[in-house]
Amino acid sequence: MTVETPAAELAAEYGLSVSGARPSLPDYARQLWARRHFILAFSRAKLTAQYSQAKLGQVWQVATPLLNAAVYYLIFGLLLDSKRHVGDGTPKAFIPFLVTGVFVFTFTQSSAMAGVRAISGNLGLVRALHFPRAALPVSFALQQLQQLLYSMVVLLAIMVGCGHIPRLSWLLVIPVLVCQFLFNTGLAMVLARLGSKTPDLAQLLPFILRTWMYLSGVMYPLINNLKRMHASPMVVDLVSANPAAVYIDLMRFSLMGHVKGAPLPHHVWLLAIGWAVVLGIGGFIYFWKAEEQYGRG
Amino acid sequence: MAEQKQNERIPTVIADDVHIVYRVHGGSTGRGSATAALNRIIRRKPGAGVREVHAVKGVSFTAYRGEAIGLIGSNGSGKSTLLKAIAGLLPTERGKVYTDGQPSLLGVNAAMMNDLTGEKNVLLGGLAMGMSREQVRARYQEIVDFSGINEKGDFITLPMRTYSSGMAARLRFSIAAAKDHDVLMIDEALATGDRAFQKRSEERVRQLREQAGTVFLVSHNNRSIRDTCNRVLWLERGELMMDGPTEEVVSAYEKETAR
Repeated sequence: MTVETPAAELAAEYGLSVSGARPSLPDYARQLWARRHFILAFSRAKLTAQYSQAKLGQVWQVATPLLNAAVYYLIFGLLLDSKRHVGDGTPKAFIPFLVTGVFVFTFTQSSAMAGVRAISGNLGLVRALHFPRAALPVSFALQQLQQLLYSMVVLLAIMVGCGHIPRLSWLLVIPVLVCQFLFNTGLAMVLARLGSKTPDLAQLLPFILRTWMYLSGVMYPLINNLKRMHASPMVVDLVSANPAAVYIDLMRFSLMGHVKGAPLPHHVWLLAIGWAVVLGIGGFIYFWKAEEQYGRG
Repeated sequence: MAEQKQNERIPTVIADDVHIVYRVHGGSTGRGSATAALNRIIRRKPGAGVREVHAVKGVSFTAYRGEAIGLIGSNGSGKSTLLKAIAGLLPTERGKVYTDGQPSLLGVNAAMMNDLTGEKNVLLGGLAMGMSREQVRARYQEIVDFSGINEKGDFITLPMRTYSSGMAARLRFSIAAAKDHDVLMIDEALATGDRAFQKRSEERVRQLREQAGTVFLVSHNNRSIRDTCNRVLWLERGELMMDGPTEEVVSAYEKETAR
């Protein structure tokens, strides 16, 4: 060694930076944008790898949501007879109502489940390569969006089959999906950070999600059901303002118009945008705050 | 260490008294049953289920441009852990690592998926390392040729789960070596593949060094360390035992392990 320079001085002299330090928020967003092709390629790869061992292959992309809807119809449509409260009480009114609810909720549910394991289930990747870690939850949310697009094709076919003729309001599906995707991505980022610290959350989350599903009017008209139970107006407003219920109701409204027996909650579009912005931005900042800690120990 | 006196040598990695501590969940020595776990939680035993492993204890060194540095030491001496800290993938408990640019660990295998074709994995691995789509496309043929995957038929369009372990390792190295790295770290990769491929990868490591980069190599194969490195760090139980020219350190290490 030439002189007894402390390492820090030598580092400063040659412009070396501390390895593994957290970048500023704007830098982080820029880095994430620079990785957009990786995010897209990763989500597509996950999607194709999912069914590549099955004989039917990618047919399962469409078959899985259909089977899901069939099971819920068996239980809620036939056994519990929820359908009498929807529209004119016929299967033709209930099936599109139910399938929309199931598909829209599944989108959020699977994004949450993928999000909670986004870091803890990919430690190998996190410990081997350098990239903004937010790429993982975003990529998983994107994978679920692509999965949902397959389901949407099925959904539109069911709509037509049940007598809903395509019309201009179907275009509202796009802003609804954009809002829900933003919300899901934010949720996935929040859960990814929580799940990386506490892997136990992945065990607990299915129960929370199932409770959430029953509270969101997936298989029955939420507001009217609450009113029938004589819930106070405040409870009705609170429960129907939950993001899953908001996105389900808006999707139903876009595709089927006003459904008799299932009114929309108040300020529903504001709520949809509000949830998307709050979770989308809040989740990103919350995730970024622990950036340098992912993959530790 | 006469050459270190030259002032124009440019440092690329500075490790300043680096300590790394792992926290391991589920590593506690108690019984593994659910009741035992519950018992520990209720009694609030200190650090229920969490143990600390002090993997690297106060390592300092400075690496310069154009060096190929070998890391040797017995299993569990902290070599791989130290590399991960240099790459910024593991936070240090105390001390700091300063680097020039972003050091990359040769670890694309983590981004690769066995159910996808080799072709798709080249794209995915390249993107994961931070290459652009155009860069990956431009280098695609080079990567496939280097790996030698297609020497025995059109294997690149088959899923990676059909590859032999040697073929998969060759493809991984080829993807990782396709990018020009400022600081490249290789963990036991040169020992894989057949003799012809080992020669090719040693050649590639030499090229990377000449492109003003710094290469770190972890290996238990003293011959491949001698062939590729000009400086060696010897780690034992997380401490730096020796740091110097390859021949000197490797001989001392061999003497120690032969006993």
